[in-house]
Amino acid sequence: MDRIPILRMGEFLLVTIQVDMHDQLALTLQDDLSERISACSSKGVLIDISALDMVDSFIGRMIGNISGLSKIMDADTVLVGMQPAVAITLVELGLTLPGVITALNVERGMTLLRARLDHQ
Amino acid sequence: MIVRDSGTQPVRIEQDVVLARHTVRRLAVECGLRLIDQTKIVTAASELARNTVVYGGGGDMDWEILEDGARHGLRLVFRDEGPGIADMKLAMTDGWTSGNGLGLGLTGAKRLVGDFDIDSRPGVGTRITIARWT
Repeated sequence: MDRIPILRMGEFLLVTIQVDMHDQLALTLQDDLSERISACSSKGVLIDISALDMVDSFIGRMIGNISGLSKIMDADTVLVGMQPAVAITLVELGLTLPGVITALNVERGMTLLRARLDHQ
Repeated sequence: MIVRDSGTQPVRIEQDVVLARHTVRRLAVECGLRLIDQTKIVTAASELARNTVVYGGGGDMDWEILEDGARHGLRLVFRDEGPGIADMKLAMTDGWTSGNGLGLGLTGAKRLVGDFDIDSRPGVGTRITIARWT
């Protein structure tokens, strides 16, 4: 079965989505991440979507769900790398991803996760 | 208005939604749509293709590359022979869903394209036409 790889980097988990996901793949990622957050006691999740040229309401909902469930499991989620055309389209679609923390790129996302961890 | 090219592809299973997105992206590029307009019609197509699979029980996507004077356009028709939409007004309300989605597919797709037309009859099926022009 297809899976999006989840990399562990110390206290954080890193996900780089590089394929156009069908719905089941998105749902599998959501389940896998919740399991890995628990198994690794992760304090943060970084999701890089710089390779995605489209985010529709289904993928948007998955991102929102991951952010919500990680919060419940005491981990922060930062979404990075959204292409400008994707951002404009998402807002017009009506999806503003409330509560989802974003950063422009992986480096800034990591800095943000570390800062939030230090702050606790 | 001239039809430059046209075709049809099945939208029956979940993977077909991904294939529909790829086709629409390729056609949108061919049409000369700007990146932002490509992204909008690909996203709208993704929403409508998913509806065709999930609510329509599967169907087809027809595509046409159009030329109208100096303008070029991409027109897509999503059609199924599913249960149809019983209450159109409700279906076109943001946040309303008959399934377990966000209720943004239909209304969101409408906002993303210039032309949007929906023809649905309970028991007969649904036919949604969208177009985006250069």
